[in-house]
Amino acid sequence: MAGYFTNILSGTKSLLVGLSITQKEFFKKPVTLQYPWESLEMTPRYRGHIQLIKDPETGSHKCISCGMCQRGCPSNCITIHSEKQEGVKGKVLVKYELDFTKCSLCGQCIENCKPSAIEFSKEYNLASTRKEDFHYDLLKRLKEQK
Amino acid sequence: MSSQALSQNNERFEVNLGPQHPATHGVLRVKLLMDGEYIVDAEPVLGYIHRMHELMGENRTWAQFLPNMGRLDYLSALSYNLGYVELVEKMAGIEVPERAEYIRVITTEMNRISSHLLWFGAFVLDLGGFTPLLYAFTDREEILDLLESVTGARLTYCYYRFGGCYNDVEDEFLSGCLAFIKRLRARMPMYHNLVTKNVILRQRLERVGPVSAEMCRKYGATGPVLRGSGVNYDVRKNEPYSIYPELDFDVPVYHEGDSMARYMVRMDEIEQCMRIIEQAIAKIPSGPVMAEKVPKMIKPEPGDYYHAVEAARGTFSIRAVSDGKNQAYRMKLRSPTFSNLSLFQEASKGMLLADALALMGSLDLVIPEIDR
Repeated sequence: MAGYFTNILSGTKSLLVGLSITQKEFFKKPVTLQYPWESLEMTPRYRGHIQLIKDPETGSHKCISCGMCQRGCPSNCITIHSEKQEGVKGKVLVKYELDFTKCSLCGQCIENCKPSAIEFSKEYNLASTRKEDFHYDLLKRLKEQK
Repeated sequence: MSSQALSQNNERFEVNLGPQHPATHGVLRVKLLMDGEYIVDAEPVLGYIHRMHELMGENRTWAQFLPNMGRLDYLSALSYNLGYVELVEKMAGIEVPERAEYIRVITTEMNRISSHLLWFGAFVLDLGGFTPLLYAFTDREEILDLLESVTGARLTYCYYRFGGCYNDVEDEFLSGCLAFIKRLRARMPMYHNLVTKNVILRQRLERVGPVSAEMCRKYGATGPVLRGSGVNYDVRKNEPYSIYPELDFDVPVYHEGDSMARYMVRMDEIEQCMRIIEQAIAKIPSGPVMAEKVPKMIKPEPGDYYHAVEAARGTFSIRAVSDGKNQAYRMKLRSPTFSNLSLFQEASKGMLLADALALMGSLDLVIPEIDR
């Protein structure tokens, strides 16, 4: 019988301790953001999908179409289209296809890139109902940035 | 209704727990044979999220398999990253600079805390308490922000490389870690007052779901499950790797073997992780974070290799067989929760369904890792 009342007492005490903690937290500042109106800035190392780097000297990219990114990719999401053009040494990039639906953002392509022509973008607001929206042409994207 | 079901002597029925059920934390299906509220038999059914990770390891180069490691146990991905890179370094004989080793330990232990915090919140949520989840997530968020500033990802990290780390950490990260530890140290008493000392929680966990050391041996259970059953086994101490021998930390062991013991092991482990991080930050040397001579295409000597690390849920080990090519001939991933789940069938016999869910929560299951 004595156990019955001590149980009630200890139960009430632990309930009150819990309530006092939640009450203290209730008056603290909120830690969340109201997302569509407020958002956090991404860290400089954030790994978004890859993009071609614009070379400030030439105003163009530095890709030499060697295909190392394509070969290093574990998920085969990169396809490079290049052609030989007259008067230009080496191959010229005509299309840099990225299938972002398959990408796992490991960064193998960036590490394999000798001329450092690609980098991670900081884009994270990506949402679509069609998967074609994630098949990027990075060269076109770079030109549109101008 | 069939006559068999209507007969008074047969009140057994089957219930499917999952594949979509909040208490299983993923696509795990448990086929329960119930006698009223009591479990007669519980058979875990796996395979709903099988992605052939082992086969993927056998048809891509060693470096290309790296991102897969973050997808096994997405809650403590860095431990898995560590296990794999250390294995390949062992195979190819790559020396890792000391600074990189320290960075690896600091980030892995931070990841372990975040994993335990998430388990803590989700476990109490399973038992019916919603508020602690939000508090645990507030703290976990700080860790994710810190790790994001270094690795560039929040969950599926792919930060370590053969021979070091992807990039160096800044002093802001290290001071941020220390500030976080200070904050978490101040919050731990709050967690204990709110949850550990709570009468309802204690009555739901104490003497519920006993798992004996014998049962752990039988099924190969490791990690907090094993340490909650009184066996002092931690890969970081028993088969030391990286710089763990230089650090001073204890392995929390509880002998009760009930759900409360497993709970206490994890809560104590958070404190030990904080100790490890503090020591590592105090000792971290300067220098490079990448080994100088790392072959572009890794082709290990033919042979059978094995490496184990202590992940947040137990021993994670990889056995890789190399035939001298740039791909593995055989890649075997031994994940801790698969073994930990295996004992559920035996341990849950005769338990109340609600108690069995407490037991399942205390095993800390991550389904993508069980199914690989």
